[in-house]
Amino acid sequence: MKLFEHEAKAIFSKHDIPTPLGKLADSPTKAREVTMQLHTPVVIKAQVTVAGRGKAGGILFANSPTEAELAAKKLLSTRIKGTKIQSVLIEEKASIRKELYFGITIDRSTRSYVAVASSEGGMEIEEVAATMPEKIIKVFIDPLYGFRSHHARQIAKKLGYKGRQMLNLATIFHKQYEVALSYDAELAEMNPLVETSEGKFVAVDTRLIIDDNALYRHPEFKKRLTEIEAELPPQELEARKNGLAYVKLDGNIGVIGNGAGLVMATLDAIKLYGGRPANFLDVGGGATANKIVAALNLVFSDPRVNVVFVNILGGITRCDEVARGILEAKMRTGFLKPVVIRLVGTNEEEGKRILTDAGFHVLDSMEEAAEKAMAIVKSGG
Amino acid sequence: MGIFVDKSTKTIVQGITGTQGSFHTKLMLDYGTQIVAGVTPGKGGTQVHGVSVYDAVDEAVKKQEANASIIFVPAPFAADAAFEALDAGLKTIVIITEHVAVKDVIQVMARAKKQGATVIGPNTPGIITPAECKLGIMPAHIFRRGTVGVASRSGTLTYEIASGLSAVGLGQSTCLGLGGDPVVGLSFVDVLREFEEDEQTKAVVLIGEIGGNLEELAADFISAEGYSKPVAAFVAGRTAPRGKRMGHAGAIIMGRAGTAQSKIDAFTEAGVMVAEKPSDVARLLAERLKKKGIFTGGMSGT
Repeated sequence: MKLFEHEAKAIFSKHDIPTPLGKLADSPTKAREVTMQLHTPVVIKAQVTVAGRGKAGGILFANSPTEAELAAKKLLSTRIKGTKIQSVLIEEKASIRKELYFGITIDRSTRSYVAVASSEGGMEIEEVAATMPEKIIKVFIDPLYGFRSHHARQIAKKLGYKGRQMLNLATIFHKQYEVALSYDAELAEMNPLVETSEGKFVAVDTRLIIDDNALYRHPEFKKRLTEIEAELPPQELEARKNGLAYVKLDGNIGVIGNGAGLVMATLDAIKLYGGRPANFLDVGGGATANKIVAALNLVFSDPRVNVVFVNILGGITRCDEVARGILEAKMRTGFLKPVVIRLVGTNEEEGKRILTDAGFHVLDSMEEAAEKAMAIVKSGG
Repeated sequence: MGIFVDKSTKTIVQGITGTQGSFHTKLMLDYGTQIVAGVTPGKGGTQVHGVSVYDAVDEAVKKQEANASIIFVPAPFAADAAFEALDAGLKTIVIITEHVAVKDVIQVMARAKKQGATVIGPNTPGIITPAECKLGIMPAHIFRRGTVGVASRSGTLTYEIASGLSAVGLGQSTCLGLGGDPVVGLSFVDVLREFEEDEQTKAVVLIGEIGGNLEELAADFISAEGYSKPVAAFVAGRTAPRGKRMGHAGAIIMGRAGTAQSKIDAFTEAGVMVAEKPSDVARLLAERLKKKGIFTGGMSGT
C-alpha cells in the first residue's frame, strides 16, 4: 500500500528524520490559515499516490497566504492522472544547496534489502540508474546482520561529506532503515533529501510503500484500505470484493482464466493473433461456481467487450465446477455476447458434458480458442 | 533421480490438520510420496489419513527420520514454520503458502542459505519428480516420467506446458515452481545448475514471466557457462502494462525493468529456444532433441 507523502512524513518525523515545517489542508481557506503560520515562500503539494506528480502539475509555489489559497483552490479542483486531489500539503520552501537521494528497497536477486543512495536527487532513481549508473551507491544488507551505523557512514562519505555533516547524514540513513523495517516497507525513500544552504539535511519529499502481505501487522492503516477502495474504478472494486485479480486493458476481447501465468499467456496469444484483450482476470486456484459467475458478470459489464474467452486448465480448479458457474451465469443474466470456452484438466469430461448439453462448444487448445475469439470479433460479434 | 526430491524423500507436512494440508496430504499419499509425519502445534497425538501428527517438527523428524517438509500453514505463521523446519535440520522445504510478508521471507532465505537448505516457494505449486515423489498441489495426471527438467514462475502455465510435453512423449525428470512472489528461495540459475548435474535430465524448460530479472540472469549463466543441455523457454506477459501487478505479487514491470521483451531478448541471445505460444515449447524441444538423436518421438507408453 502506497502511503500519502504527508503520512510518510509523519512517520519519518516521528523517527527524528528532519522534514520541512508544514501542514495539511483540505480547503483553500485552510490553506490560507496554514500559510499564515509558516515562513513564505511555501510549496503546495497535491496529496496523491500516483507517480510523476511534479510533471503533472501537482506542485505549486506561493509567496503569501492569498497566493497559497489560490494555488490550493486550483489543485483541489483538479485531477492528477485520473485521481481526485483530496488534500494538499503546505510546507516552507527549503533553500537548496544540493539534492540527494536515499532509499531502502527490496532486491529480488540477492533476496535482501538494499540501501540505494545518489548525489543526483530530485529525479527518478530509475532514470539516474539508466543514464548515470556511476552516480548510484548500492549497499546490500545482510538480513542476519542488518544495516549498521558504519554502513551508513560509508555511504555518507561516498556522497562526499565529512565531519559533523557526514555523521548527521549517516544518522538519517540509519533511522530510515529502522523505519523501513518496522513498517514492512517495500520502499522507503527520501527524494530529494536536501542539503540546505545552511548545511543541514531535510527530507523534502518522501515515499513509503508498505508490503500488502504485512498489513495485518499494521492495523492503523486499515482505514486507508477502505479509502483506497473508495477511489477504485467500480470494476476493480467488484473484483476485489469477489477475490478476483483484475486489471483493465484497452481492447475488446474479455479474458477469464485460472492462474496468473496462464492468463498472461492468454492475453499474449490474443495479441499474437492480432486481437486486443480487454482485461486480465485471474479467478485463482480452486474457483467455485459462484466465483465464475462473478467473473463473467464483471467482464460482461465492460461495454467495449465483444466476446469473452474463458481459458481454464483445471488443477485444483475443477472443470465441472467452472461449467456449473458458466451455466448459472447464463441462467441468471443470459449471455448477450458470445463466449468461447477452453476447458481441460481435473474433471474435464463432466465439465464438457454439462456445457455441451447446454449448447456450448468447448475447445481443447488455447491457441484454437484464441483464434476463434478473433474470428468472432472480425465478423462483428 | 531428478532434482531435490525422489523416491527416498521422507516428508513431513506442516499444517497437516488444515483444510488444504489435509486435502493435499491425501493426494500426495495417493501419488506414492512418503509422508512420514504431520505437524500442527497443539494437535500432537492425532492422525490425518493415517499419518501421525506431532506438536513440533524436531519431534517428528527424530521419530520418523524425515528429511523434507511441505508447509501449508497460513501466511502470518508460515515463516515461523519454515524456521522450525530449518532448526530441525531439514534440507528441503517447500512453502505452498501465498501472501507471506516479504520481510519474513528474506529472513527465512538468509537462514536457509546459512544452513545449506533448499527452500522452494513461497507461493509455489511445489515440486514433482514423476513416478517418484510429489511435494505439492499440482494435478499429478499431467506429468510423465522422462528427461525434461522444468522450472517455472507460474502454476497453471506449468501444467499447460508439461501436458504439452507429455502429449508428444517428452516426459519430465523434475518439474518445480519457483514461486510467484518477489522473493523466493530458488532462482532459474540455481535450478539450471542442479539439472546440469542430473543424469536423467537431457533438456530444460524455463517458464518465466514479467517482473524481476531471474530470466536475464539465467540467460547470462547459460552463455557464460556454456550450458551443455538444450534449453527452451516461454515468457508470459508480452502484453502486460507497466506498473500493474498481474495476479502474482512478483509479476510487475517497475520503470524499465522486468519487461517480457527484455527477457526474450536475453534468452534469444544466449541461444535459448524461445516459444511464442505455450504449445510451441514441446514442438521446439522435440525437434531439437530429435536432431541430437536423444528423442525418437511418439507418444509415451507406446
